[in-house]
Amino acid sequence: MEKTVKSTLSNKEEMLELLHQMQVIRTFEEQVEKLFQAGEIGGTMHLCIGQEASAVGACSVLERKDKIITTHRGHGHSIAKGMDIGRMMAELLGRETGYCHGKGGSMHIADLDVGHLGANGIVGAGLPIATGAALASKMKDLGYVVVCFFGDGATNEGAFHEALNLASIWDLPVVFICENNQYGMSGSVKEMINIEHIATRATSYGIPGKLIDGNDIIQVMETVQEAVERARRGEGPTLIEAETYRWRGHSRSDARKYRTREEEAFWRKNRDPIALFKNKLIVEGIITEEDFAHLVEQVQKEVNDAVEFARNSPMPSIDSLENDVYA
Amino acid sequence: MREITYLEAVREAMVQEMRVNNDVFLMGEDIGIYGGPFGLTKGMIEEFGPERVRNTPISESALTGSAVGAALMGMRPIVELQFSDFITVAMDNIVNQAAKIRYMFGGKGKVPIVVRTPSGSGVGFAAQHSQSLEAWFTHVPGLKVVQPSTPYDAKGLLRAAIEDDNPVLFYEHKLLYGLKGEVPEESYSIPLGKADVKREGSDITIVATSIMVQRALEAAKLLEAQGISVEVVDPRTLFPLDEETIVNSVKKTGRVIVVYEAVKRGGFGAEIASLIAESEAFDYLDAPIIRLGGAAVPIPYNTILEQKAVPQIDDIVKAAQSILNKVTV
Repeated sequence: MEKTVKSTLSNKEEMLELLHQMQVIRTFEEQVEKLFQAGEIGGTMHLCIGQEASAVGACSVLERKDKIITTHRGHGHSIAKGMDIGRMMAELLGRETGYCHGKGGSMHIADLDVGHLGANGIVGAGLPIATGAALASKMKDLGYVVVCFFGDGATNEGAFHEALNLASIWDLPVVFICENNQYGMSGSVKEMINIEHIATRATSYGIPGKLIDGNDIIQVMETVQEAVERARRGEGPTLIEAETYRWRGHSRSDARKYRTREEEAFWRKNRDPIALFKNKLIVEGIITEEDFAHLVEQVQKEVNDAVEFARNSPMPSIDSLENDVYA
Repeated sequence: MREITYLEAVREAMVQEMRVNNDVFLMGEDIGIYGGPFGLTKGMIEEFGPERVRNTPISESALTGSAVGAALMGMRPIVELQFSDFITVAMDNIVNQAAKIRYMFGGKGKVPIVVRTPSGSGVGFAAQHSQSLEAWFTHVPGLKVVQPSTPYDAKGLLRAAIEDDNPVLFYEHKLLYGLKGEVPEESYSIPLGKADVKREGSDITIVATSIMVQRALEAAKLLEAQGISVEVVDPRTLFPLDEETIVNSVKKTGRVIVVYEAVKRGGFGAEIASLIAESEAFDYLDAPIIRLGGAAVPIPYNTILEQKAVPQIDDIVKAAQSILNKVTV
């Protein structure tokens, strides 16, 4: 593994791009939080701060033709799959220029052009859809792999079981990535699941189950790469459990009474995926602190531009209400 | 013309579409060598192979959900649900996913799925295998709902459903599977949203769906002997709904009975009665609209009780006599 990490680490440009994407996700989410608090973004929001490594790591090993499906907490995956943050922000502000012309919002954002088959407001619902998209790839010989992101909570849904079983018996090209961020809303995995690791659930379906540190981007890349290659060879699905932590509450209304501030501080201090990766790159002599400071500044500008674009975009026309219900 | 059964007509529509379009495939439980619980898919796996006649585990959620994913990526899956009651375990994929994806995504993507499923009572399968839940889906924007009542309609409507770019619920009826009728051998399509006047008449309009179309036609024969002329209108598709044909018929006859098998309360007949009341046909009504629907009970097992639970020919005849007695002119 050391050898692979080294060879991946050697490309400075590529490494900086990964770090850049992670920083974009974090800054984007922080900005969303501010806009929400200021009343500019309505509805609700589910932030993925603290989980940037699994999104960026997984998507970085995909080809453009590959597909992803994400969850209600999907901004990071969307950015990592190549969606434009201006149009994403516009969607969150409900604008015409948003990816869904303001009709989807955060929980339903999608961009089929980059292979993003949608966030989803129903926990676990993405798994059967990903399985079907993988079936189409196999039946039409399209060569793409589907990566399906979901949380620990989704693994207690029946859809999880049905989808993994179906994908397994048909050897479908899909990679199931469970971002175990320790909580499904307020329910901790310790309280809701009576096994130590979700990855072991893979044995029920006769597929590989991998437990990884989801905050270590190199580990994510290597594991997902291996699973994607296996899927592309027609050998079927893999279940990956990426252990991580949701820094913020579930959504806007969450007072986080079900966990301690000490626990949160521990993850922020010791397991920050961006700090871990940045420090690794500095230790390896690939970047400097100055490089990173410059990157942070650059990203803030990009996110500010996205907000400006969104704010200056028109609202959807009232007449569009009944458009696109049917094809 | 050649006569085949309703069941054979459904199969023939699928087979003919699968021969001309490789994106069309069938998924369902026991649809392979077994041929499905009613033998409807018999012979299909032999012709198309297990790739296109996909025998699935008993996983209605994965079955419908994966159909959504495959459709979004360019396939045209037909899903067979063994009994329409099982749709309750597939509900999320139909209601929250298939129906909404295009709208949620801002007009991108399409989900051309047909969910074929036998509904209705009359064969002693009792409460969990006999329901008529079609109205639920007419309430969900993004879905289309089809209810063929004859072999001819079943074949033509199924082709239209398969060719449609939207998710379509295709409600077959168990009691109709054995019904024989004239069906052309060549492929043809009946547009969704076009009602059919199954019998012309001048005294009373009966708007009936699915099996009730056949019962209304039987009742019409009995009523004709009593000198009562009945027009039977079959909407064929609940959404899109051909309101014009219904309204025109009511304007002509001035009296209307709406007959459906589903529980009367909240059933689709309520929608039909409302649209008549809201339309220009209201001024032509010579008597209050009558709705005949199922009793508000789970379908019971005992044959006598089961028959009592849904409208029969005799109930339709009595309703027709009663609506004429309410004449005020």
